[in-house]
Amino acid sequence: MRRPRIATLGTTALSSTAMIYLALAGVLVLGAAAAAIDGGNLFATANLVDMLTRTSLTGFLAIGMTLVILCRSLDLSVGYVAALSSLVAATTMDGQAANVPTAIALVLLVSGLIGAANGAIVTFLGVNPFIATLGTGLILKGYLDTQYKGPAGDVPAVFQQFGYTRIAFIPVSTVVMLLVAAAAIWFLRSTRTGHHMYAVGGDVDVARMSGIRTKRVLITAHVLCGMCAGAAGLLLAARFGTGSAEAYTNLYELDAIAAVVLGGTLLLGGRGGVAGTVAGVAILAVLDTVFNVMQIDPFAKDVLRGAVIITAVALYARRQLDRTARRPRFALEGRLR
Amino acid sequence: MTRVRDLIAKATNPTGTVFILLVLILAGVFAMNPGFFEGPSLMAFLKQAAPLVILAAGQYFVIVSGNFDLSVGALVGAQVVIAARLIDGEESRTLPVILVMIAFGIAVGLVNGLITTVLKVQSFITTLGMLLVLYGAIRLWTGGAPTGSLSESFRTAGRFGIEGVPVLGQIPWALLIMIGLGAGAIALMRTRFGRILMASGDNERAASLSGARVGTVRTAAFVLSGLSATVAGILIGGYAGVSAQVGDGLEFTVITAVVLGGVVLGGGRGSVLAAMAGALTIEALFTLFNQMALPATLRPTVQGAIIIAAVAYAAGRRVRPAPAATTTATPS
Repeated sequence: MRRPRIATLGTTALSSTAMIYLALAGVLVLGAAAAAIDGGNLFATANLVDMLTRTSLTGFLAIGMTLVILCRSLDLSVGYVAALSSLVAATTMDGQAANVPTAIALVLLVSGLIGAANGAIVTFLGVNPFIATLGTGLILKGYLDTQYKGPAGDVPAVFQQFGYTRIAFIPVSTVVMLLVAAAAIWFLRSTRTGHHMYAVGGDVDVARMSGIRTKRVLITAHVLCGMCAGAAGLLLAARFGTGSAEAYTNLYELDAIAAVVLGGTLLLGGRGGVAGTVAGVAILAVLDTVFNVMQIDPFAKDVLRGAVIITAVALYARRQLDRTARRPRFALEGRLR
Repeated sequence: MTRVRDLIAKATNPTGTVFILLVLILAGVFAMNPGFFEGPSLMAFLKQAAPLVILAAGQYFVIVSGNFDLSVGALVGAQVVIAARLIDGEESRTLPVILVMIAFGIAVGLVNGLITTVLKVQSFITTLGMLLVLYGAIRLWTGGAPTGSLSESFRTAGRFGIEGVPVLGQIPWALLIMIGLGAGAIALMRTRFGRILMASGDNERAASLSGARVGTVRTAAFVLSGLSATVAGILIGGYAGVSAQVGDGLEFTVITAVVLGGVVLGGGRGSVLAAMAGALTIEALFTLFNQMALPATLRPTVQGAIIIAAVAYAAGRRVRPAPAATTTATPS
């Protein structure tokens, strides 16, 4: 029974993921050309480092976000969770290298619990995920603003290495992010819960009638998403050398959602994957670096970014419409709008 | 007996809940500060609340048809900045600039609507992209900080009113505009357009199979939202003056207000009157926080807890035939 399903999953995921990586290559080529005309070199070491460094933070958040979006949920609280995690990490470490393992464990515990709370509010109280996670985000924001007036805690030099060390031109944080991504890909493709996530996102009623414990699956996705935000918080602490409540003002959650959607995961759930998300993160990072190299006005960046995101999603939507048009028997009414 | 039961049923259904919540919060405000219900301070409260109420009506149309509009905050900010830059203190330019703003509001709504309905991009992404574009474009145009100034007559709508009314003191223009547009919105939902809009949000397929032009009404809903942001921009600009941050984060407050009014994200359920009452409730809540001298930093926490509680209550109360229908109705 399981075999054919894996096969179909594999092929559809491959073809759309392949398209996204083609898009990434296209963005790289165009970006390099634009930079070259402007007299810069996109592939100079400094620029490569910049590009890869940009991927790690959004990457952690976007991997977790992919899991919840696949389950047809959403998490708008990740930016606040990351800010809180950076504070928990920095204050627990308190400058002592010996405290690092405790701090990491504590951060993952706290962020996982917040994720569990999100999941529980969505599943047991029946609150729409948009409102539920907006609400928990606001609750955390109030706590952060009241409790921390400025940076707090001290990150020992050993852990700051996580933020700065590079192997050749590849930052360690990016390597860790890619390892987490690989683990997530394995999780979605080869574990039972991973498969159930696609089922829950595709149609929660059908999934439940097929005997899947849908609530448990959804809560798992939220817990993992929270822990990914915790990892992002650890990275923030390592980069700043201290915990910072102000980190949430960067609206990381919207970046993460944009990366997931650029990566071909449907906002309505049930389709997509982490491999695509990594490409989505990379596309955003390449764009930012290209804008930087060409010294484009920071405000023009926002305009271009908004336009690129809408265009990309419009192109994906076009493609999916064509596919359903060709195969009317498999019309995916519930999944497509 | 049945009448009492009917009343209880009405009061506990999600649409009725918001009115009870509003009364409770206002009672709380009254307990802290009995002077609140004297004419002038009540009018001042309503004047301040009017823009959010109008925005809530606009957002209601979009949400009930099954979409989101995240771009309203950025649009309000853009409108204020556009007004200041184009008017630049000249009285004679007021009316033409207001016409330009209305055209701009319609254009933004039209673009949102067409991208969502024709190109089939989810509205969450469309309007998120529009938010980024407007945010960047306005700062690019003004070089970071807003320039120019508003004319006196432009600021009339947001600031002044009919003076010298007994008991009330001043009836603000903003309140009259709010009542007029609110009545218009309620009337609009009773027309054919309103019913088709509601049907499109409830079941898109059934609506289009029955011959409704789902795409057209949804686009019209986005245009109405753009127009409401324009009016709100005129009122907020008049009331609070020009700054670049004017609309930041407003979209989430508005969506919170609409949802607090018992309107279901995903469309098809809820009334526009309750959505506007939701906006009043949020403003009353902010007033209550002021009265309680709550540290300003703690406000988001209370606000977050209240939205979750209110929506959880509504979700528990919603009587629906299929047991799992609430979870399927989740959008985005």
